[in-house]
This record gives sequence, structure tokens and C-alpha cells, in this order.
Amino acid sequence: MTSNLKNRFVKIGLGCVLPAVLILTWEILGRQGIINRSIFPYPTRIFETYLDMVRKGSIQKDLTVSAGRVIKGFCIGSSLGLGIGVVIGLSKTANSLAASIIGLLRPIPMIAWVPLLILWMGIDEASKVTLISIGTFWPVVINTSRGILNSDKKLLEVGTILEKTRFQMLTKVVLPGAFPFIFTGLRLGVSSAWTCVVTAEAIAAASGIGYLIMYARELSQPPVMFSGVITIGLVGLLLDTVLQRIEKHVLRWNETDGK
Amino acid sequence: MAENKNIDIAGVSKTFKLSSGDLPVLNNIDLQIESGEFISVVGASGCGKSTLLRILSGLETATTGEVRIGERRVERPSVLTGVIFQESRLFPWLNVEQNIAFGIHQKIDKEQRVRSIAEHIELVGLKGFEKALPKQLSGGMQQRVSIARALINQPNVLLLDEPFGALDALTRIHMQNEILRIWDKEKSTMVLVTHDVDEAIFLSDRIVLLSNRPGEVKKVISVGLSRPRDRSSARFIEIRKEIYTHFFEDSSLSIEYYL
Repeated sequence: MTSNLKNRFVKIGLGCVLPAVLILTWEILGRQGIINRSIFPYPTRIFETYLDMVRKGSIQKDLTVSAGRVIKGFCIGSSLGLGIGVVIGLSKTANSLAASIIGLLRPIPMIAWVPLLILWMGIDEASKVTLISIGTFWPVVINTSRGILNSDKKLLEVGTILEKTRFQMLTKVVLPGAFPFIFTGLRLGVSSAWTCVVTAEAIAAASGIGYLIMYARELSQPPVMFSGVITIGLVGLLLDTVLQRIEKHVLRWNETDGK
Repeated sequence: MAENKNIDIAGVSKTFKLSSGDLPVLNNIDLQIESGEFISVVGASGCGKSTLLRILSGLETATTGEVRIGERRVERPSVLTGVIFQESRLFPWLNVEQNIAFGIHQKIDKEQRVRSIAEHIELVGLKGFEKALPKQLSGGMQQRVSIARALINQPNVLLLDEPFGALDALTRIHMQNEILRIWDKEKSTMVLVTHDVDEAIFLSDRIVLLSNRPGEVKKVISVGLSRPRDRSSARFIEIRKEIYTHFFEDSSLSIEYYL
């Protein structure tokens, strides 16, 4: 137990070494003037700006706006993805019908949607939420249908022998079995949603983290830009860590090591 | 309940249609199994013995001929016919209790349900493991859970498809004793498919020998030993020798020729 804990600390410690060295080098080079401070401010300078923004509450305000959009878009995109994914997974006809459309639409980069969405919906909330929905939809729909198509035939036979109805088969055998796939889809969906909100805000918005970065560029405030970028990274990391924790708890049965 | 649990197999043949042509697997199987009898089907691998069991279970349909269990003509699976496979086929996301509960077919009130599950956990000797997940159990224990799940609807007939084939030798002998105890208690008709000759002699009233593909009934041997059986008794060894002779008659001829 204690050696386990020790191992964990060593692991975390090792994970911090490289970033620490990088930041330190960056700080020294910045202070010495070897790298251009006006476009590449050094870490303590960014940190001061960051603290200032937190104190004034401006970054929280932008973060709340972005988070609101992500939540709306994620909810719409993931529920559509789940529903359509289940239908595609269950019906061969739906699968072949959808295959060509998915094949065509999925490779379109998110940024290519932005002008179209602005044309259709204007620069209000709707176009941003739609973009996030699209970004969430793809990983969820693809992983859900894959999970259902991967259903264990042997477990399906058990259900057949025990005379389960089609509905019971779906809710008690197929969906729980597909859950690891579905969860992977949701996790990828969340990170995609977070990426999309920044894309949408960077192009046309009057608030949000993406807007914060673009606006700071116009005012040439590199420390603010860096603060925005770091916030995006931190939130992404936080989301993924939380989801991994949830996954570990919900999918205990799916772990192979038995611990 | 004076229910008729006879199994009547009349002229059953099975041919699989493959892209390379027809593959006859079973040829004209005729067999009457009495209510409460313990029958083993023994044959080399690929002789169609598992296919025969799948036809009895209703998971496959015979190309020609028919199977009746009591008055019912077998066309699809029924909860009155329990099946135990070589793999335990438990739902990895359900614990022992929930896996057994999955077997319950008819609507019963909660109290009765809890009692029935507890009784069956007791029957297969898994008391204290109610909340364990399948991955936390040994192979033998997993198979006990699947036996309990199959028994919870009080089936008239229990079909066992090499149920102990994946277990180690000691666990296998232990499970053979367990299945005899359960059979004695439940009084269901048992059909066991196995390639373990000793297992067949130890357990069955009669042993059906199947020839190589396409499987035909080569011989039916009545064991006629009182239980519990001694695996080293003279009659036991005599039966074993008889079975081996049937399977290796061609090769023994050639050995004699070379000697």
C-alpha cells in the first residue's frame, strides 16, 4: 500500500519535471531579453495578468459564457448522437443509409462550418451552439453505433434462451454492453465541444474565452492572450480528468486487472 | 406437477449452407430421452454434438425431422429448457445476484424474488458472493452462477454444452458431483454434451456415441451403475474401454496390422 502511494508520488513528480524545466528556461530567456517580451511574455508576467483578471472577475465571466454554450451544444449533440447511433447500430438498413452521409459530412473540418452557420443563423448564440452540437455529434454517433454492432452474440443468445423481449434485450443486454464505447464517445464529444466553442468565439462573438483571445490580439495584449490559451488548456484537462474518474467508477466491471 | 419432460428426437438432420456448398452436420438422429433421465452425448470434436444440443434448445432449427419436449414442438427457445454453455456467459456488469435475477422470467413479487435468488445462490454454494462481479470469481464459480441462472425458472430440461470443459481437472470433478446433487434435487431431464468419456460415464444413465461428421448415432450405452460411482471400478473401466473401442476401431485395426 505504502509503496503504491510512493510510486504514485514518483509518477506525479516525474510528470512535473519537464514542464518545470520548460517554464524556468522560458522565464530566464524572457527576463534576459533573449526572446521578444512584447510577443512572448515570460511566465511570471502572464501569471500577474492572470491573477489580475481573476480578481476583476473578467475571466470568470468569459468562462461562464463559454461553458454555457458548451453545455447546450453538448446536450443537443450527444442526445442526437446517442439516438441516431442506436438506430444505426440496430438496423442494417439505417446503417447502410447513414454510411454514405456520415462518410461525406464527417471529414468536414469544424472551421469550414462556421461561415455557413453564420449565414444561416447569424452571429448569435444559435450558430455557436449548432457548431458545438455538430462537433459533439460525430464522436458520439460513431462510437455508439460501433458499440452496439460489437454486441456479444453469446450474451444475446442468453437473452434469447431466457425469452427476453426486444425491449429488454436492448436495455439489459445491448446498451450496457455498448456502454464502454458510448462513454468513449461522450468523452471525445466533450473535448470536441470545448474545441468548437473556442473556434466559434474566435471568429464571431462578443464574449467567451475565444473572444477574449481575439480581442486581446487586437489590443496587442499578449499576456491576456496567453491567459486565455492557458485557461482553455486547463479546462480541457479538468474535463478529461473528471470524465476519466467517472468512467473508472461506472465501468469498474470493464477493467481487466481486477483491482 | 406430473409434467411430461420426455424429449423425442425424430429423424433430425442438419445441413449448413456454406458458400463452398452444403455441409451435412447431423444425419437422421433418432433418440428418445425419458423424463428425469441423465443422457450424455459423446463424440469427437466437430461431430455435430453441440449442434444437436442447439437444436434441442431451439437456437437452431433442424433441416429435417423434429424435436418434441413433452407436448411442445421445439421451434424456438423456451425458459422451460435451460442451457449451460462451456463459457459461463455472465453479464460482466452485473453482480452474482443480478446475474441470477436476469434469469427470472415470470412476474413475481419482490419478496418471492429475493427468496428465490437466495435459494439458488445457496443451491450452487455461492453464499457470501452475492455482490461479487463475475471477473472477481474463478472459472468454476462463474459456471455455478450460470447454473443458478439457468435453474431459477425451474426448467424441465437442462442442456449442458461441455459445461466443465474449460475448468481444471480437480474443479471439474468437484462440479460433476455438484451437478449430480443438483440433478437429484431438481429432478430435471439432463442432456450433457461432452468429449470427456469419464465425465459421461460418471454422470449419465445412458451415453450416446456420435460418429464423425455427419454425426449419426453410433451406439447407445446404458451405464447401469449405482451412484455415487467409483471411477476405478471394474465396470467403469469396462465401459470406458468399450467407448474407446468404438471411437478408435479403425486405428486399432491398423495398429494390429503393423504389429
